Amino acid sequence: MTAAGFLNRYLEGRSWFHTADARIKLLMALGFIFATTSIPPGKWLAFAAMLALVWLAAGFSRVGLTRIFLRSLVAIPFILIALPTVFTKPGAPLFDLDIMLFTLTGTREGLDFFISVLLKSWASVTAATVLTATTPPMRLLEALRSLRIPAVLVAIVMLMYRYLFVLVDEAQRLMRARAARSAAIGRKAGGSIVWRAKSAGGMAGSLFIRTLDRSERIYMAMLARGYDGNLRQTGSPPLERRALAFLAASLCLCASIAAAARLVL
Amino acid sequence: MVSSITMPATGANLPLPLHAPDGFFSMPVAIAGYLLAAAFIGIAIRRANKDLNERIVPMMGVMAAFIFAAQMINFPVAGGTSGHLIGGALAAIILGPWAAILVMTAVVGMQALLFQDGGLVVLGINLLNMSIASVLAGYGVYWLARKIGASFTHLLIGGFIAAWLSVIVAAASTALMLGLSGTTPLALALPTMTGVHMLIGIGEGLITVFALSFIRAARPALLQMPEKSAVPSAAPAEPSRSGGISIRWWIVGYLISLSVVLLAPFASGSPDGLERVADDAGFIERAQAAPYAVIADYAVPGIQNQALATIAAGVIGVTLIYLLVAGGIYGIYTLYRRRATLQHE
Repeated sequence: MTAAGFLNRYLEGRSWFHTADARIKLLMALGFIFATTSIPPGKWLAFAAMLALVWLAAGFSRVGLTRIFLRSLVAIPFILIALPTVFTKPGAPLFDLDIMLFTLTGTREGLDFFISVLLKSWASVTAATVLTATTPPMRLLEALRSLRIPAVLVAIVMLMYRYLFVLVDEAQRLMRARAARSAAIGRKAGGSIVWRAKSAGGMAGSLFIRTLDRSERIYMAMLARGYDGNLRQTGSPPLERRALAFLAASLCLCASIAAAARLVL
Repeated sequence: MVSSITMPATGANLPLPLHAPDGFFSMPVAIAGYLLAAAFIGIAIRRANKDLNERIVPMMGVMAAFIFAAQMINFPVAGGTSGHLIGGALAAIILGPWAAILVMTAVVGMQALLFQDGGLVVLGINLLNMSIASVLAGYGVYWLARKIGASFTHLLIGGFIAAWLSVIVAAASTALMLGLSGTTPLALALPTMTGVHMLIGIGEGLITVFALSFIRAARPALLQMPEKSAVPSAAPAEPSRSGGISIRWWIVGYLISLSVVLLAPFASGSPDGLERVADDAGFIERAQAAPYAVIADYAVPGIQNQALATIAAGVIGVTLIYLLVAGGIYGIYTLYRRRATLQHE
């Protein structure tokens, strides 16, 4: 399997999301995540509205709801870190949990908080998933410049993306070579953990030296083609008025849901 | 049909719960994270630009791809789990702190933007923890080790501690931000996160050390400490310029710790949920006033406003701890320098 297999997050398609300007989509996703994050815990109606919005977008993107759903689960394990709050947040006792000597009391407020964090992060990850599934990575990186990310940093990330596939392939060749040399009939191949770390460390070191040489060759090739340290990038085309209006409308919608969650609900 | 995507290596990588998704940090913490990260990255761009000039884009871009690829090289640990490199300390040691911050920023940023490995709104915090704090901690240790001695052993021991500590600092910093956001009580998050990462850090330390020893065998010139000037100075311990830890660094570190404390009261209304658990379990009575209550209950007597008192207590506490740590490091450093000059004479 090549590196392109799992590194490519873009899914071909012919929806509005695929043709829309990456800057608009990036700002929409960021606005959505900002609004979702600022909803106070326990405002279920607001969370339902946000989830409905993001799944509506996922439906319109027409890349397959199952695929979006599977990808959106990537951040779920992190929720474990918020679990203790169920028992530590002050509030009305809801249930007791006996663990040997201790009795932990879960509170209504704690549980609300926990579920809210879960919903917030799930909705946010889904929005980011739709963004990357419908936007070619290079468009997305170009859009970063519109957020006033320094041009040098954007250029570094772009070059990184260009060579990601090359270097991941190289790392996989190293690992394949290791696997080919460590035939094992049982489970365990190789020696102690330190021995195994030594071989992995040697691989990382050798990958570094190959990379260093490669970066030198790339630099020479760039010089040969007229690179003088200045990044010449074509300016982005101006945004269409309709796209801007759509962006403004969707940001207003997100903001008003977040505001309603604080003030009305 | 797209075939299911599996990572080529067998076994799951050890979880590294540091790429926090959106929703886990409160808005003030997320915004403060962005501002602090932007300040550091701005300095890093300036400093790396000075050293590398037009090389900065090809060099840093390809090195960022290297760290990303090197993170895939794993080694089985036990029970189907495996360790892998994170790379903050390795990057700091072989590229220098500023270039390493840029490289790790590109790595963490791309993981968030393209792979949903970490959130977008909390990206500032993730950058602060994984690309800045861990790199600076790793480099600080390595720098100190190389100042103490220039031998291969110093390089390896320094490299191991640097890598180990870089992981722990990233974890502790993540725990601190989670605590500030009120997501997890700090009294619980800090010991668990640092505890788990003390173990993960051993793997990081081992891989880093073996990568360094490979690089030293293949290209020893790469691991020489970069000198301020190309001309080698005659005296190894020149007292004023090359020696001493720049006063600026102490001030920067102090200001960072302070800013974190100043943000604390805005973050959470009930910062210490553990006390309530203790109350429920019925052992709060036993936790009576400690004999040495320098600052009782994190409040300074004489200041009526509670938030103000908490901030004041935080400032005093950070200053005390900072002076202690700084004094300790400076003491050890001067001690070793004195011994080194004695040996030289």
